[in-house]
Amino acid sequence: MAEFKEAPAGAPLGTKLMTWVDNRFPATKMYKEHMSEYYAPKNFNWWYIFGSLALLVLVIQIVTGIFLVMHYKPDAALAFASVEYIMRDVPWGWLIRYMHSTGASAFFVVVYLHMFRGLIYGSYRKPRELVWIFGCGIFLCLMAEAFMGYLLPWGQMSYWGAQVIVNLFAAVPFVGEDLALLIRGDYVVSDATLNRFFSFHVIAVPLVLLGLVVAHIIALHEVGSNNPDGVEIKGPKAPKDANGKPLDAIPFHPYYTVHDIFGVSLFLLVFTAIIFFAPELGGYFLEYNNFIPADPLKTPAHIAPVWYFTPFYSMLRATTDVMVQVLVGIIALSVISIWLKSGFSSKTKLLISAGAGAAALLLLAFDAKFWGVVVMGGAVVILFFLPWLDHSPVKSIRYRPDWHKHLYTIFVVFFLVLGYLGIKPPSDIGTIVSQIGTLFYFGFFLLMPWWSKLGTPKPVPDRVTFHPH
Amino acid sequence: MMKNIIAKLLIAASAGLGLAGGVQAAGGGIEWDKFPKEKMTDMAALQNGAKLFVNYCLNCHSAAFMRYNRLKDIGLTEAQIKDNLLFAGDKVGETMKVSLDPKQAKDWFGATPPDLTVIARSRASASQGSGADYLYTYMRTFYRDETKATGWNNLAFPSVAMPHALWELQGERAAVFADEPDPHDASKKIHVFKGYEQLSPGKLTPAQYDEAMADLVAYLQWMGEPAQGERFRLGVLVLLFLSVFTVFAWRLNASYWKDVK
Repeated sequence: MAEFKEAPAGAPLGTKLMTWVDNRFPATKMYKEHMSEYYAPKNFNWWYIFGSLALLVLVIQIVTGIFLVMHYKPDAALAFASVEYIMRDVPWGWLIRYMHSTGASAFFVVVYLHMFRGLIYGSYRKPRELVWIFGCGIFLCLMAEAFMGYLLPWGQMSYWGAQVIVNLFAAVPFVGEDLALLIRGDYVVSDATLNRFFSFHVIAVPLVLLGLVVAHIIALHEVGSNNPDGVEIKGPKAPKDANGKPLDAIPFHPYYTVHDIFGVSLFLLVFTAIIFFAPELGGYFLEYNNFIPADPLKTPAHIAPVWYFTPFYSMLRATTDVMVQVLVGIIALSVISIWLKSGFSSKTKLLISAGAGAAALLLLAFDAKFWGVVVMGGAVVILFFLPWLDHSPVKSIRYRPDWHKHLYTIFVVFFLVLGYLGIKPPSDIGTIVSQIGTLFYFGFFLLMPWWSKLGTPKPVPDRVTFHPH
Repeated sequence: MMKNIIAKLLIAASAGLGLAGGVQAAGGGIEWDKFPKEKMTDMAALQNGAKLFVNYCLNCHSAAFMRYNRLKDIGLTEAQIKDNLLFAGDKVGETMKVSLDPKQAKDWFGATPPDLTVIARSRASASQGSGADYLYTYMRTFYRDETKATGWNNLAFPSVAMPHALWELQGERAAVFADEPDPHDASKKIHVFKGYEQLSPGKLTPAQYDEAMADLVAYLQWMGEPAQGERFRLGVLVLLFLSVFTVFAWRLNASYWKDVK
């Protein structure tokens, strides 16, 4: 047990109170560690606002969610009506509901931008691997939250979107049908499904999500924030002042808190403009079909997931029989080139060939629909491995060879195009484009250990580049 | 170089948006007329719409999430609602239900009349227009068609199950179609709508009927989200507040950072 401290005689009541608390709970210590003496690099640019914004949106979702649950009825016969009750009869219910529905999309906007920031500045590189992995876990939870939350209004898109996605699990070999049954709790999406999704949406996933957010921040504050230069500011070589504080950093509070307040007010300008003037956002945030109550007997002509899932949904749709054959072809070509070009021993070559042969057989043995599910899941899971895929000698995109930047640009363009195509009904040209996009997406990550080493990086400065404001 | 990447991203994103036509594929039917939006701020129009709705629509269609006393928001008093709009036995705090049996309705029309509370929200389409545009077109494009079970058909909703409930007001009309060569394929003919032929006069002139339908659709649009007026008003205040707040936040940030070297 730490030694009890005494407030000096005649100290103000506040000091006495804090001394009393600090003897029992590390309040001041934590405040210093995470706020007033958490040293963050000086050279953050506007990309660094999205972490704080994600936290803000999380709080908005939790608080509005608490109030929605007070009036919402998780019952197939009552759910749609209870949402309309919230929109009409609950005082300020419409505002709370729009904040929650807009918040869901806003969450994905800020999280996608936050992840992209990490991607281009190498924020996942050693020693920040766990920060990144916890973050990927948060992203996964977020997807689960959004998917299950979308069923709750019990509109046509809620119902049929859930039906389509849960049916995907039925494509898993051997256990698929049972798995889908377990998820739905019934042979079709029904009241049982609504109830379990409600439970997961309001308690199970948020608990995991909050735990991961805490872990994400603790891990971040343990290793310190990265910055746009990818230069360590707290390492043994980093310059420090007489008190041992890093010279290239600045206390999070008040400097980044005032920064974030400014960022938050800009974000809220956009966020509230959508809530008050375009809460449906042209059918992208609230789909028009979802104002029709769920009807298990009437399948809508076109079922599209909400925009934030569409890049991954496109990859699922891109995985056709032809795509599977192309994948087998790629595996065959890789094996041939390994035999011809690589310097592996014959034993290793044989092992690789055997593995590739097995993979090709598996690809052909199961339905393309199953591989579509694997591709969709793999597109998210692959993100977890990013810290070990990137072998570039420099962290930040700033000092990467120029063609790396072009590669990242193409990656982003393909991601946006995949997202766009996922909204549209399937078409021949769309399928081909999304197949190319899917191959690029996976090629980008799977070949990263090779291409990230290529090219001559620019010299990395010893200290961060900071221009006083 | 960061700016370079951002510029490229912006170009790519705007190209993506340029491609974006709409979330939903186009349904059948003709192009939608534009609903006159100014009706939304016209209390007399909304009240007339409510009257038309209760008299003509509420016999078969419910508005099960809409309470009668919410009509106070469009300037009616509780006494007016009770005297003019309430069916016998209903209470002013109740929602607009119908006694029509859905099973019988299905037998009679081939489809259950949908609830109309949020119909204006559900019928919007990113590529075709707002739900109000659709309803405004739909209510004005009924015509006599003896090949249909109800004797009615509709240009905006071909082969619709609903007969023309407001035919008394509009009168009966027939649609004139002509076969013309397909501009994309000369070997094919397409069925082109040429105009209406008035078979019997209605109580209203065509111009009056259009006005009445605009009133009705304004009411449906309002009923879809009775809070929308308040939403706009509050939104303006919130944005004004945030604009001022942003200026302060900006200067606060600048004053802290000016000493950071």
